[in-house]
Order: sequence, then C-alpha cells, then structure tokens
Amino acid sequence: MYSAVYLNIKVKKMNLSKKKILVALTSLYVGLASAQDAPKLKIGLMLPSSGTFASLGNAIENGFNLYVKEQGGKIGGREIEIVKVDDESEPSKATDNINKLIKRDKVDLVVGSVHSGVAMAMAKVAKDSGTLLIVPNAGADAITGPMCAKNIYRTSFSNWQPGYAMGEQAAKNGIKKVITVTWKYAAGEESVKGFKEGFEKNGGNVSKELTVPFPNVEFQSLLTEIAAAKPDAVYAFFAGAGAVKFVKDYAAAGLNRSIPLYGPGFLTDGTLEAQGAAANGILTTLHYADGLNNKRDSAFRLAYVKAYKMQPDVYAVQGYDAAQLLAIGLNATKGDVSKKAEFEDAILKAKIDSPRGTFTISKSHNPIQDIYLREVVGKENKFKSVASKSLADPARGCNL
Amino acid sequence: MDYSTFMIQSLNAIQYGLLLFLVASGLSLIFGIMGVINLAHGSFYMIGAYLAFGLAPIVNDTFGGGFISTLVFGVITSAVLGYLLEWAFFSYLYTRDHLQQVLMTYGLILVFEECRSLLVGDDVHGVKPPTWLEGSIPLTDVMVYPTYRLFISAMCIALAIGMYLVFTKTKLGMMIRAGSVNREMTQALGINIKFLYRVVFAAGVAIAAFAGMVAAPVSSVYPGMGQGILIICFVVVVIGGIGSIKGALVASLLIGFVDTFGKVVLPQAAGVLVYVLMATILLWKPNGLFKAGT
Repeated sequence: MYSAVYLNIKVKKMNLSKKKILVALTSLYVGLASAQDAPKLKIGLMLPSSGTFASLGNAIENGFNLYVKEQGGKIGGREIEIVKVDDESEPSKATDNINKLIKRDKVDLVVGSVHSGVAMAMAKVAKDSGTLLIVPNAGADAITGPMCAKNIYRTSFSNWQPGYAMGEQAAKNGIKKVITVTWKYAAGEESVKGFKEGFEKNGGNVSKELTVPFPNVEFQSLLTEIAAAKPDAVYAFFAGAGAVKFVKDYAAAGLNRSIPLYGPGFLTDGTLEAQGAAANGILTTLHYADGLNNKRDSAFRLAYVKAYKMQPDVYAVQGYDAAQLLAIGLNATKGDVSKKAEFEDAILKAKIDSPRGTFTISKSHNPIQDIYLREVVGKENKFKSVASKSLADPARGCNL
Repeated sequence: MDYSTFMIQSLNAIQYGLLLFLVASGLSLIFGIMGVINLAHGSFYMIGAYLAFGLAPIVNDTFGGGFISTLVFGVITSAVLGYLLEWAFFSYLYTRDHLQQVLMTYGLILVFEECRSLLVGDDVHGVKPPTWLEGSIPLTDVMVYPTYRLFISAMCIALAIGMYLVFTKTKLGMMIRAGSVNREMTQALGINIKFLYRVVFAAGVAIAAFAGMVAAPVSSVYPGMGQGILIICFVVVVIGGIGSIKGALVASLLIGFVDTFGKVVLPQAAGVLVYVLMATILLWKPNGLFKAGT
C-alpha cells in the first residue's frame, strides 16, 4: 500500500504515457494487495461503558461481537478491527467523540449509541461527513425522521413505535381515559405522542400529561395527582433506575390494585430483578419479548448464554442485528463501504432474520417490525400477543 | 386541588424534604466546619445504598439478619471509611484552595464509581424493606401510604434532633463550633483539632451513608445515584447557610415543598423552580438563611 502511494506522488513529474502505465500498474498492485490481504474493516464502536447506560452498551457490544464471531470473524469478506470509545451517554462530548473516530482513527463506519442525545449528535456528523452510521438503540424519532440520510441506519426502534402500538392496544382493552407520565425529555415525549396518536385514533382520551424533570425520581406528588384523578389506566415512560423506582412507588402507593399501568417495554426491561413483585402483571409493548418461541431466538439465546454467561436482552438483539445489517450490505458490495447505493439497495430488499422475528428496513432506514404485547410474569416479560403487525414509523420529515 | 389532596401533597413534601436534610446535613458539616468542598459527598450516599444492598445478605448469614443490625454495621463501616479517607486524603486539603479540593474530590467520585462498577456491576438493584415495615396506611379509596416512608421521616427527625443536641448542648459540639470559627485559637486552647476534624468528617460520611441505606428500599441502588443528589444537596447547603444544621433543615423542607408542588402546579418550570428559589434567597440573604454553627 505504501509503495502505491509513493508511486502516485511521483506520477505528477512524468509525461502522459508513462503516467498511464504507472496508473495501470498501481491499480493492478492495489487490486492484488486487496485480493491477498484486504485491509481490515475498521468499525468504530461508540457506546457507553460507564454511567447509567453502561450495561446496555455492554449488551449491544456483546450482541454485535456474537454475530461477527458466528461469521468467523469476518464481515463482507473482510477481517474486522474494532475501535472503542466510551461515550458516557454524554451528548456534550458526542460530537468530539465521533469526530475522533472518523478523523483520527479513520474508521470505515460507526456503530452507536444508546442515549438519544448522543445519537442525534452522531447522526449530524455522519450526515455531514457521509460516514456510514448504524444506530443500535437510541429511539429518537428524528434520526429516521428529519435527520434521516442515505448513510444512517437503525436496527432498534423509533420511540413512536411501541407507544403507538400500546395506544391501539389500550383502546382495544376498553380503556377510555388515560393519564400519561414521563420524564420531560425527548424520548419520553415522543413515546407519549405515539401512544396518544394510537389511543385517540381508536376512541380513547388522554386526560392529562404529567411530566417530571429528567432525571428526577421523586414521583410521589404525581402519584397523588393520579390517585385524585382516577383514570382507567396510566401510560408511563421511564427507563433504568427511574423505571424501577416508578414501578415500585406505583405499587407501594397501592395504585396498581385499581389503575392498570401500561408502558413501552423499557418500563420493565432489564429491571425486573430490582422491581420484584411490584412489576407483576404490567403490560408493555416492544419489538422483543421473552418466550417468543421461534428457532432463531432460541439459538441466539443459547449461543449468547454460552459466550457471555448471562441472559441476552433486547439490547443484545439490537447489537446482533446491527452486525447482521452491516453484513447484508457489505456482502452485496464485497466489503466496499464506499458503494453506498448498492449497500442501501441490498438492505432495503433484505428480510433480516432477527431473534425478534423477521423484519425489513423502511425507506427512512428504520425497522418495519412486529410490536409485541408482553405481560410481566415473575422475572420475565412474557409474550402475550402481537399488538401491531409490521408497524412502520411514519418517518415524518424524512425525504428519502 | 381539594383539601385531602393538598394534605397528601404536603406530606410528600415534608417526607422528601426530610430525606434531603439527612444527606445534606453531612455535607453542610464538612463544608461549613472544615471548609472543604466535598464533591464526593454524593458518593458516600451511594456507598451507603450499596452497603444496604450488599451487607444485608452477609449480616443475614452471620448474625441471623435484621434490618437494624444491617444499619448499625453499615454506619460503622462508613464511619471507618470516612476516618481513613480523612487521614489519607482530606487532611491535606484544609490549607489548599478550593480548586484543588474540587479536583481531588472529583477524582474520588470517579474512583468510587469505578470500584462500584467492578464490585457490584452496572445493573439496578432493589432492596427490600424489612418485613415489619412493609405495611401501608390507606389515605384515599385508591391510594395508600407505605409505612416505610413514615419510618424514613421518623429517622430523619430523630437525627435532626440528635445533631441539634450534640451541637448546642455538648462539649464536643462546642469544640466543633470553636474549630469552625478559628482553627489556630482552638488548637492553642489544647484541643486536638486534627483528631476533632477526623471525627467530624467520619460523622459526615456516616450520616450520608446512613441516608443512602435508609433510602435504598425506596430509591433502589443504581450507578450514578450520588451525582443527582449531590447537586440538590449543594443547593440545600447554600440556601440554608454553609455549616448551619438548622439552616439545612429549613432549606430542605423549603425545597421539598417547592419541588413537590412545583411538579403539580407548574410542571413546565418544575426543573428550574428550585434554582429560582435559591437565586431569590441569595439575593435577599447572600450568605444563606442561617449562620454557621447554628
């Protein structure tokens, strides 16, 4: 490789015919070199490995690595090299972090991240620089909405999706009046918006939208409001420690006995151990569930447990599918990241065989997938039914 | 808002305020008396919560369990930790400027977080309240109030009274107050100020850890739980007056009310109301509501 570059520099000083020969020779040389040992595919993995979302970042990385391992360590015929950056779920550092990966480490593509604010900053850089970006979690609607781009893909969900599915489901369950409660930040508000849309389209009425400043976990005053208003049900968006505390406080206040609690899957995902009995019977919607009983999922779970000595979760699935999506694209371009049109073509045509069930990628590059209704039984989010079949995000504001 | 809802919200406000006081009083002690800006105070709260989570099974196996004995062990452990930390790190900070204090205590946050990550992992864990406090009291036809929350409030009140008595009525309290006003003069009077500071610091750490342990069954234990509470604690200390226990109590309750009712009455501005309160009070009384040592 170095000699090829060296030759190219010298070319300027030569006459035309010599130049032609040399160019031909150079390309031959490069061609041979790539046939023998194609340069490694450099993947920038920008995930949180510290802070609140560390375990989510870890699961995504595990899932990603598991798929790569299953392919013999190669994707699109190229050996891979991973460059890791801990994004700390800190949006203010996100632009610097992804620029470091692209400019300093010269990665071919970036995979990340968990936090929506971080992912939005990444999407902006990716859009401007044209670097391929695969988002394995962050659900901000805008990433496949106004921010959408040819080179940005998502293997997880949009915040709108589980919310909308739960809205339909709640109306179907005969619920008429709902109070929503969430942190006052983008993810929660988008989720509530999705719910409201699905719920009110089917005849329900959201009577009040309560919010708490993020990441405040003092819910007692809101629970008192809910108890005074007595809605038919509550739709809550919280995640991680906030979800644990909300679900426990809700049960401790005795509200779970008379007012059912609904939410997107994050309310009870990865948190059941800590929530204990307080979570029993909660209905949530998500694109993954325990007890899906398909072969792909069982095989995935078995392999994951063997490799990492712990149970996979929805985040691991999303990481696994990020690697899968990358492989589909790169197989079509024979490992060439720069052939963006062919890469996109292959992905838009593909049926991605995920542990969550088969899904496709929409024009705006978000999964079109089944959203499941799950019920908390013991320590599991048990599959109950399909709440919404092949649900596509409306991708408002995307011109792809 | 009808009358009964108002009363329940007031109860919520008092309960939240008391818990804030429990954490903030330790910070106020260390900040006010030793003049050290201790950013790691939130970490001590976190350590307490994780002690409640980690010690309970061990105490259960060796001593047959009991919530109270877990609390006692936790307090002793954290006091020892505080004593050692003062000896190893904080005792070098008294004469340094605030920037160096901030740097070192910030470093400690990172160390504690990493240790937590290595020892316990990054998952959220729940802590069970003791069985004898698992009940609840009916408030309205759909809402109940958990007994454990009342227990937290009772602990906070007991601690507040205890601290007040130690501060104003005992010789130790007098020495502490004297030390906070003039370190050299107190030393000249034959009081071992080094040892005194070490004890105060250990007490501050133990109180924060105690708060963490008591709050754990309600708040759960999770990574970064210290940072969230640290900021609001600094607000409490600044409003109440640095080094004033009485001030910390009044400020905590004020914040409890503003936060609780703010969320309900002015949800759009709930995130900033507490800081607006702080700014207003500082405009009126730039040194906080009460003087140090009260």
